[in-house]
Formats: sequence, structure tokens, C-alpha cells
Amino acid sequence: MAENEETEQSLHATHVLEYPFRRSLGPILEKFFTGLAERRFIGSRADDGRVLVPPAEFDPVTAARLGEDRLIEVGPAGIVTTWTWVGKPTAKHPLDRPFAWALILLDGADAPFLHAVDAGGESAMRTGLRVQPRWVEVPQGSIRDVCWFEKED
Amino acid sequence: MVEPVKSIVTPIRLEYDYTPGRATSRFLRGIAQHRILGQECPSCLKVYVPARGSCPRCAVPTEREVDVQDSGTVVTFSIVRVPSENIHFELPYACASILLDGAGIPFFHVLQGLAPEEVRMGMRVKARWVPTEKLGPTIASIECFVPSGEPDAALETYGEHT
Repeated sequence: MAENEETEQSLHATHVLEYPFRRSLGPILEKFFTGLAERRFIGSRADDGRVLVPPAEFDPVTAARLGEDRLIEVGPAGIVTTWTWVGKPTAKHPLDRPFAWALILLDGADAPFLHAVDAGGESAMRTGLRVQPRWVEVPQGSIRDVCWFEKED
Repeated sequence: MVEPVKSIVTPIRLEYDYTPGRATSRFLRGIAQHRILGQECPSCLKVYVPARGSCPRCAVPTEREVDVQDSGTVVTFSIVRVPSENIHFELPYACASILLDGAGIPFFHVLQGLAPEEVRMGMRVKARWVPTEKLGPTIASIECFVPSGEPDAALETYGEHT
């Protein structure tokens, strides 16, 4: 009987579906990622004067091409404009302990960008918090060169 | 000054626990015993392999289990010329939709043992199984299909599946 039950049970197995896409960056985003490899944040100035990070290839309002002459360095510190708390990080998250996903307005930028913030605890996290990046030891030109942001010294 | 970063890898990855259900589990357990099990529809008598537990045309459960042969006929095929990770076949190779003898729907597998340009509709093929000690409840227990050497099948025997 036990064996019958066993044979009637459904099998299961772990399946992994993965597409290892390599994306070419083009002349503008190339500068952003190369900047990360140098521990710098590169944005671009749009037609209306706003500074966008990561840099835009085309103006979000006028759709005009934004050339390399529009690139401008921002940060590296910034201010949290909004955030959400991740109480149970998954294996894919940048931290193995509770952290915040936050929109961070880097100094000199007019549009925030998304990264993780290690605040130490949810009660220490707040909009308006000044944060600075913690870099990996050897930056490679990836968004993961920034481990996370943390409270400014 | 660092080297310009020209590209980044942005993998899309899905990890999930696949549950084939009872009917397909029976098929996979059959494979582990060197058997190809199908299920016959009690209404239209079509034999589904791998079985899914019901006939989608008649909307009835398929309970009668039947053994299907590990030989069959190439119904249609495609030549693969693009490499993929985890696929160890030498390029180019053919993938074929194979109507196993005794089955009512074709089955998808890789063809080996011939040049891709020799593959044709109606070609007779036979499963090449992994060694007995390596058999398991996975379709990879059938390494590939190879030409059986029999004369090609007549179009009438597989034409409805093209």
C-alpha cells in the first residue's frame, strides 16, 4: 500500500530557465558603467536643465539626442526620497539581512535612482536620510559595484 | 583610467519547482524502467505520450495505459545551428518531431548518427537509451534518436501530424 501511494505521487524537480543576455551599452550608458568602475556616478543634463542618472540617451521630453557633451558627474552621496523595507531578503538580493530599496537623489542630480540601503534596521530608515555608497573592493563596471548605500559619515 | 565598459551581462533567471502531475510522473517513472508509457483516450482512442491525464479533444480522463515503441517516424524537423549552454550536441544537429509506433501524437527529440542534410520526413528512427545504470525519471534517459535503417514510412502513416 505504502509503495502504491509512493508510485502515485507526482514527481518534482528543480528547473532553471536562464537567458544569459549580454547587452551592449552604446556611447552614453557606456560612460555610466565605466564611471562605476572608477567609483563615480555619471548623469546627463536634459534639455530642460534637469540632471538624470543614469544618463539618458534621448531627452525624455523633447526626444532629442543627448550627446556626450551633456554628461556630468554627480554624487557620490545623496538623499533618500522614498523607500520600501525588505524584511525577508531572497538569495538574489544585495544584502542577506533586512534592508530598504530606496530612490536616492544623488547630489547634483534632479531625478533619483534605485538602489539598496543598509540602514541597520527599519526604524533607522527614513525619507530625507543622507546616504553614501559602499563600493566593492574591485569595481568591474556593474551596478553591483555599489554593494549598497549606507548612512553618511 | 579604466577600460571602457562596452557591455554588461543581464541574465534572466527563473528557478522553480516543477511538478509534472500524476500522469506525466507515471510516464517519467516508466522511462526510468526503459519503457515509454502512453495513455489512450477511451473516446477517440488516441494515444497520448507523454500522457497528461486527459484527452484535450474529448475532455475525458485517459486512464488506460499503453506501452509505446521506442521506434518511430520523423514527422517534421528543424536544423539547429545556434549554440546553447548545457546542450552538448555538436552543431549543426537536427531536432525532430517523432511519431512513435503506437502513439497518437508526435514526440520531440534530438536526432544523431547522420548528417543534418540527410534528415527527411518519413525517416524511420529508433531511440538510443543511456546505459541501464544511468536510467532515471527524465527524458534525458533517451540520449537521442538515430536512423533505424528501415525504409521510409509512407506519408499516409504520419501525414496528419505534419
